[in-house]
Amino acid sequence: MSEEIRRMLPNLRSLLNLRRFAAVVFLLSFAGAAQAGWDTLNMPVGVTEVSRIVYDLHMLIFWICVAIGIIVFGAMFYSILMHRKSRGVTASTFHESTTVEVIWTVIPFIILVAMAVPATATLIKMEDSGESEMTIKITGYQWLWRYDYLDHDFGFYSFLATSREAIRDQAEKDENYLLEVDRPLVIPTGTKIRMLVTANDVIHAWWLPDLALKRDAVPGFINELWTLVETPGIYRGQCAELCGRDHGFMPIEVHAVPPDAYRAWVEEQTASATE
Amino acid sequence: MSEIAADAHDDHHDYHPSGLWRWVTTTNHKDIGTLYLWLAMIMFFIGGAMALVIRTELFSPGLQFVDPQFFNSMTTLHALVMIFGVVMPAFTGLANWQIPLMVGATDMALPRLNNWSFWILPFAFTMLLSTLFMDGGGPAGGWTLYPPLTLQTGDALPFVIFSIHFMGMSSIMGAINVIATIINMRAPGMHMMKMPLFVWTWLITAFLLIAVMPVLAGGVTMLLTDKFFGTSFFNAAGGGDPVMFQHIFWFFGHPEVYILILPSFGVVSSILPTFSRKPLFGYSSMVYATASIAFLSFVVWAHHMFTVGMPLAGELFFMFATMLIAVPTGVKVFNWVATMWRGSMTFETPMLFAIGFIIMFTIGGFSGLMLAIVPADFQYHDSYFVVAHFHYVLVPGSIFAIMAAVYYWLPKWTGNHYPERLGKWHFWLSTIFVNLTFFPMHFVGLAGMPRRIPDYALQFADYNMLASVGAFGFGFAQLLFLYIVLVTIRGGEKATDRVWEGAEGLEWTLPSPPPYHSFTTPPVIR
Repeated sequence: MSEEIRRMLPNLRSLLNLRRFAAVVFLLSFAGAAQAGWDTLNMPVGVTEVSRIVYDLHMLIFWICVAIGIIVFGAMFYSILMHRKSRGVTASTFHESTTVEVIWTVIPFIILVAMAVPATATLIKMEDSGESEMTIKITGYQWLWRYDYLDHDFGFYSFLATSREAIRDQAEKDENYLLEVDRPLVIPTGTKIRMLVTANDVIHAWWLPDLALKRDAVPGFINELWTLVETPGIYRGQCAELCGRDHGFMPIEVHAVPPDAYRAWVEEQTASATE
Repeated sequence: MSEIAADAHDDHHDYHPSGLWRWVTTTNHKDIGTLYLWLAMIMFFIGGAMALVIRTELFSPGLQFVDPQFFNSMTTLHALVMIFGVVMPAFTGLANWQIPLMVGATDMALPRLNNWSFWILPFAFTMLLSTLFMDGGGPAGGWTLYPPLTLQTGDALPFVIFSIHFMGMSSIMGAINVIATIINMRAPGMHMMKMPLFVWTWLITAFLLIAVMPVLAGGVTMLLTDKFFGTSFFNAAGGGDPVMFQHIFWFFGHPEVYILILPSFGVVSSILPTFSRKPLFGYSSMVYATASIAFLSFVVWAHHMFTVGMPLAGELFFMFATMLIAVPTGVKVFNWVATMWRGSMTFETPMLFAIGFIIMFTIGGFSGLMLAIVPADFQYHDSYFVVAHFHYVLVPGSIFAIMAAVYYWLPKWTGNHYPERLGKWHFWLSTIFVNLTFFPMHFVGLAGMPRRIPDYALQFADYNMLASVGAFGFGFAQLLFLYIVLVTIRGGEKATDRVWEGAEGLEWTLPSPPPYHSFTTPPVIR
């Protein structure tokens, strides 16, 4: 081996040091992740049947990818470790095999079909908004939302409640910084709700991760969504389609309350609307 | 060989202009390749500076440094600059340098067109960047230019559209040149199925460019007439449809994604066999896989718009078609691993970048497969998960492949070896920081952080800080790359003709650096 080539070979010791450093950084970032909690790492499981199915689908395909990754990268790293010139190996000369090409075309195809089946079933379920018990119209504006309860003839605008001072670092940021509104959307639990999504100026998108709902709000067109929330609670989301200067400042806050409380709230609203 | 060298010497004598005028008037494929690559380098630092403005604002919650409108201009221009100003010109530069060398031609088939297609670009980008100083600021509606938002742009809009027209013209002319060269200029005996993979992938890329750049030009022209000539293509109130723009845009946009990655496949398929000292595994299946990916790229566009409110049948079709792309892409990755398998590998910088490419591109491919699953995509769509996905396929994907190519062929182009130790430093720093930047974005995206926002809720703070640190590290590591390239051009250990022990192909039969006109007599193909 010529001196020139020898110089071009990797300096193994420095390589190993760098790898160790990389490993430490990687582990540290995971330690940080563990401390921050699982919620900040993964998709929320959510509070509807659909959101749970979506979460399961997400995890299924994630683990399939992990398994494929382990096999492919495993083979690759084994090769990198064992089949290196510095170990004195001579290269083989094989360069084709129709058999293996067919195998690694067919097997991924089968895996894909296996993934497509549950995905298709879920999608068909998600797109079926039939038999809904009430309808809410959601309208996106630059930069706020409007909610209209079509069954009760009232509606209201929903603005960001975080103060300008908090955004400008002149006041303390609280837990729900940028995710709180002045008037949240109130919905009953245990009820299939149809939502009609549209916009008044530019395209927005209404996204509520806990309900696995996201749909573009397109001016001049009406899109449809449905949900059935099981657990009462406060759920928060944000506009997901770039809509101009304050795109980051038009959050979504939904209060899911038991049907009784919902009816009482509606009466209150209609009373104040007729005043 | 000495004959070729002598020819080169003579050519040098009748070659007239020097200094700046040489570069303005040049019709030589090597000069034009160099110009393209330097343009890409300059735009890389400009686009990178924009990325650092974004990451500075996102370092911690709250608005500290820039106005949200300017922030949106930065995300918009960062994308346009990196796509049209860095990756595409860099690949065209590599094509200019390498295709004639690899197929045994003297030069590109259409040298004057070649000059023009390069010199359009500096004007296009000057115009694009000048919009930042116009009334109403730069374009801030995202590089996807969705109406109606994009129609709210101030004075900048016609200039942005005109500069996109320019870039499209340049790309189409470059693509015509690549096709003409590959079809007509191959040395005798260089059959299509003997061409290096880099030539094949570029041939297919060139067809994609010719097919889709006019579609983009049409789409942005409709934006122009909607804004200034009273048409209503995308205005629902006038009987139009804003979503139609998205269909037009992504019919361009998805093949564009493959325009940005296919030449990388060619680069990696050239580098791996060299440093594995073993022929590429499955050459013909690589060619067919590339062609399949290119074909499929025309029928998957709407997977960029699953949340737009498509009919169920449309969503299902685009989901299945998108998932299908995993098959030929998988074949490529498996073939690369099989190429390395039982080779005799060494790990010079180009090989390191090529291996880094395969691993991190595959990670981007995995998240791409996840994004294809429509029900899950409703959660991923327009979140930071998408940002993580496309940065994995573009930065440690396309950009790493370009860097691998530069390290691989720089000794051939300049006649000098680059400093190997510094090259390795560059690789490891880039790899560590690129992962530090983009891996945490998967987490915040899944946890619910939308993309293109200048400020975010507190639970996303930790990972955003990590990503910002990574971005600065990655940015500064690239200064090392610039330094290495400059040092290598100025001098260094002399390279042999073959440069690398395991290198195979016509370019390695020429001296390093090659003569001004590559093959004045056609080479003999084994």
